[in-house]
Amino acid sequence: MSKVLLHGTEAICEGAIRNGCRAFFGYPITPQNEVPEYMSVNMPKIGGVFLQAESEVAAINMVYGAAGSGTRSMTSSSSPGVSLKQEGISYISCARIPCVIVNVMRAGPGLGGILPAQGDYFQAVKGGGHGDYHLIVLAPSSAQEACDLTYLAFDLSDKYRVPAMILADGMIGQLMEPVELPPMRPLSDIPVKEWATDGRFGKNRRILNSLLIKPDELEAQVNALTATYAEIAEKETRVENYRTEDADIILTAYGVVGRILKSAADELRRQGIKAGVIRPISLFPFPEKAYKDGAKTAKVFLDVELSTGQMVEDVRLAVAGAKPVYFYGRTGGNVPEESEIIEQAKLAISRAEAER
Amino acid sequence: MIRIIFAGQGGQGVLSAGIMVAESGLHEGREVSFIASYGPEMRGGTANCSVIVSDDPIASPLCSTPDVLVALNGPSFHKFSPRVRSGGIIIVNGSMSDCYAGRDDVTVYDIPANDLAHEAGDLRSVNSVMLGALCAATELVRDKSIFNCMNEKFVGKPALMEVNQKAFELGKAAVQFQK
Repeated sequence: MSKVLLHGTEAICEGAIRNGCRAFFGYPITPQNEVPEYMSVNMPKIGGVFLQAESEVAAINMVYGAAGSGTRSMTSSSSPGVSLKQEGISYISCARIPCVIVNVMRAGPGLGGILPAQGDYFQAVKGGGHGDYHLIVLAPSSAQEACDLTYLAFDLSDKYRVPAMILADGMIGQLMEPVELPPMRPLSDIPVKEWATDGRFGKNRRILNSLLIKPDELEAQVNALTATYAEIAEKETRVENYRTEDADIILTAYGVVGRILKSAADELRRQGIKAGVIRPISLFPFPEKAYKDGAKTAKVFLDVELSTGQMVEDVRLAVAGAKPVYFYGRTGGNVPEESEIIEQAKLAISRAEAER
Repeated sequence: MIRIIFAGQGGQGVLSAGIMVAESGLHEGREVSFIASYGPEMRGGTANCSVIVSDDPIASPLCSTPDVLVALNGPSFHKFSPRVRSGGIIIVNGSMSDCYAGRDDVTVYDIPANDLAHEAGDLRSVNSVMLGALCAATELVRDKSIFNCMNEKFVGKPALMEVNQKAFELGKAAVQFQK
């Protein structure tokens, strides 16, 4: 199979379409406008639905309905738009309807700016809406991963009946790279959903609901969700380790920033400093074990984000005080250069030595 | 690995040129990446993109210190020329910019790209002139690969194909003359 040059956003669309996504609802916002643009052209060609909703709130509730009927459905937006979707995401989580939500993060808070950022980690991973729920959160670092993880997200979401989120930093919206596309999966190959409200015509009634007014019923639902999250944590954690076996300093970041760290680690090694990179691919579940293992050999960690420090809290929880964890972040749409990271890595090493 | 920044003003075909180089690299079996930097501007604003063509997998797609700068106007020449690595190459559109980089550790090719595009038959082929110059200065990808991309882009428009091919050759000749 030959590779094609695709935009990160187009790769997301192809990953969705090729794994049976047949309904897309969205509302325009930079830097993810190429997603609805691509879907508007390609969904009609394969008998799917593309609908530009009147708002982000409408779009997520359309996903609620379409996915409830058993159709693989997706919506896409960028940070401020994803904030608007939170109520719907909480409802969908309680009703246990699988779907995929794409967030191509831009700089915040507020309407912010249109350039890349990673300020929505808390919202995506800790539950941006109300109530005890989680999403499966996957963070692509390349156009290829944008395609592969979106493809995977539909399967995971269906399997566990938990909505999945593709949390991409804005650079995915600017990037073009060669992508090897997976084959088009026939709809007949996708497992039948025994719970879908797909028109029962006299058979037993199926109900998808997020209002469980009896305390014991709601508690049972919440407990079932919690058990599912534990199962997901056990089976679906994904992480990339890069040259960490003998690393003295472990750099860590998710998304495209993780790739800048790999360049920085290579350069640090050329300068005689043993550096490695842990790049979480699944943010929920968080790859705690990779950090615990890393802490056994590494002397210091440096977490780099396009935020003021969000994932670093999970890194510190995983490292659990075994080794110092430092943070370096840029915001506003600025992306750190390799040279900045190298400087910060050296600073982290000297700080760790001074504190020892 | 060669890291290139294409920069100019919106409408000059900066991003198209970058994509053509990335596509050409891909068709030659190399690893490539393309990343556009865009702001809230459109036509007339600034546009630039970073392209990497490499034999090995590409870690960071960003080019903070490019090996080659292709600058299509003055502001982008002055913005990016200090960032080019020592020993690197700068190709500047002399029709819209001076060519004084203020450093002597880089090779500067001063290409009157607007005039050459005009000579080729269409001012809009200015990016093809610069592509020709880039290919002559770096031998980054084969001419044929670029022509294949142009053929795809100008399918059903043979006149435009001819203009852009001529523009490419003029850009190439201009560099060879200065080498």
